[in-house]
Amino acid sequence: MKYMTEAILVGLAAFLALLGAAFAQDSLFQTHMWILFALLAGGTLVLLRNVHVTPQAEAAQSEESFYMDGVVRYGVIATVFWGIVGFLVGVVIACQLAWPELNIEPWFNFGRMRPLHTSAVIFAFGGNALLATSFYVVQRTTRARLFGGNLAWFVFWGYQLFIAMAATGYLLGITQSREYAEPEWYVDIWITVVWVAYLIVFMGTIVKRKEPHIYVANWFYLSFIITVAMLHLVNNLAMPVSLLGVKSYSLFAGVQDALTQWWYGHNAVGFFLTAGFLGMMYYFVPKQANRPIYSYRLSIVHFWSLIFLYIWAGPHHLHYTALPDWAQTLGMVFSIMLWMPSWGGMINGLMTLSGAWDKLRTDPILRMMVLALAFYGMSTFEGPMMSIKSVNSLSHYTDWTIGHVHSGALGWVGMISFAAVYYLVPKLWNRERLYSLRLVNWHLWLATLGIVIYAAVMWVAGIVQGLMWREFDSEGFLVNSFIETVSAIHPEYVMRVFGGLLYLLGAFVMAYNVWMTIRGRVRDEAAYGATSTGPVPAE
Amino acid sequence: MDYNTFRQFADSWGLLYLFIVFIAVIVYVYRPGSKKIADEVAKIPLEEDKDNV
Repeated sequence: MKYMTEAILVGLAAFLALLGAAFAQDSLFQTHMWILFALLAGGTLVLLRNVHVTPQAEAAQSEESFYMDGVVRYGVIATVFWGIVGFLVGVVIACQLAWPELNIEPWFNFGRMRPLHTSAVIFAFGGNALLATSFYVVQRTTRARLFGGNLAWFVFWGYQLFIAMAATGYLLGITQSREYAEPEWYVDIWITVVWVAYLIVFMGTIVKRKEPHIYVANWFYLSFIITVAMLHLVNNLAMPVSLLGVKSYSLFAGVQDALTQWWYGHNAVGFFLTAGFLGMMYYFVPKQANRPIYSYRLSIVHFWSLIFLYIWAGPHHLHYTALPDWAQTLGMVFSIMLWMPSWGGMINGLMTLSGAWDKLRTDPILRMMVLALAFYGMSTFEGPMMSIKSVNSLSHYTDWTIGHVHSGALGWVGMISFAAVYYLVPKLWNRERLYSLRLVNWHLWLATLGIVIYAAVMWVAGIVQGLMWREFDSEGFLVNSFIETVSAIHPEYVMRVFGGLLYLLGAFVMAYNVWMTIRGRVRDEAAYGATSTGPVPAE
Repeated sequence: MDYNTFRQFADSWGLLYLFIVFIAVIVYVYRPGSKKIADEVAKIPLEEDKDNV
């Protein structure tokens, strides 16, 4: 009886959400529980419609393919969908900064839309990309089917529920004000449950592996899963005011709270946006290039040095604050040391192509991977530089930081995820190739141009801000009022919108390409590498 | 155990411990004979397709 238990459990959860709405202590919790009820009730209906009571259904189930790829297919579609949502919200908030009239009270003002953007791109887009690729990669490199049966489906849908609850919470104004960890305590508990299930599926698959050696990509994925669990638990230690209310208070106060927040915040960059996506790199770059990684031994040193160093770098977010000087210096020193493993990994990825650079001419997916590695190298050089206290005194709190984050996120995380999606879609849907490789190239250049514009104008904006803030006259008075520093960078804000639009446009091109590939269409186009000057006849 | 004891432990024995672990990892990774094993396992992602068809 397929899905019967699942339907009952989700229905029960929907009922509990209804009770939560009925006995809520505050109106925000009530609204949020109504949303949860609607989502879970809808889920119950979908499950009930799919309940099979005939034994044939179970027989058919046992004959499915060796690898469990259904959940990976859903994950890839979710990646594309949330990517577009996240980039779109990013363009909207960029417009809000340039034209403040676009702040629509109360739900769509910048303060609520900004966490929506960051969570949508990091956790919804990036998280789904990591879920999908980790499930794909761990099965291939261990030669074992995913452990836990339908638990992988629980992880996928549980994660989407987390995204929906977090996103609706932000718009309602529910936040615990911890950057990149804004959801309140009950959503935090839910994602903990989902994450533990994720760890069980991933670890279980590694334990039952048929391949004796654990390939390096799995090490990176595993460190991402374990470390994010640890960071999440410590950062979100809080006491709710009521079990039926939204508000909670952090266990920490003052500078301890700030350090916990940035220990979490920087390691979210380190282990979510770096280690996880490096796992992706160590599988998909060798696959796409059809060559083993340049140096497997270097990849092991890369792994251990990266995770040893990253965990200490967080204090560089708190330069010139109440944090003790030695801790600031420690954060700075570790951030600078981090440059080495980062570049070791970048070189390892790039050198995989040594002797096969000609493939770049004919393979836009590989081109995208190389570009991702180049942006990884660039932002992991920029980051350590910005963590130096004297540089940070100019760059901190300015848009330079925003530019740095986006060259890493759009360039490295985005590009390597797009490349993985392009690699996966034909494989997962058994298509000979993508609908169009030319469109991949369009996506590549739209995205690259978007990033370059974005990063360049944010450098200018950030340095202008930094210099104007610190400028004082001969009598020691500050020269500029704050609003003067804002209107000075208005042109850059408008140009930033344009850069973001190009990146969003590229994502739409990808969505179209993926959609047509899934439908089984192949675009009639000249193949890459066909250097003939005349028209190429169709087969 | 107050804050200063913790800190002094961390920047002496803790530092030494992590440094030794790091050196041990490097020595282990580049020990003689490891290149052959590393070259073998580096091919893991490329071999999968033959038993999947």
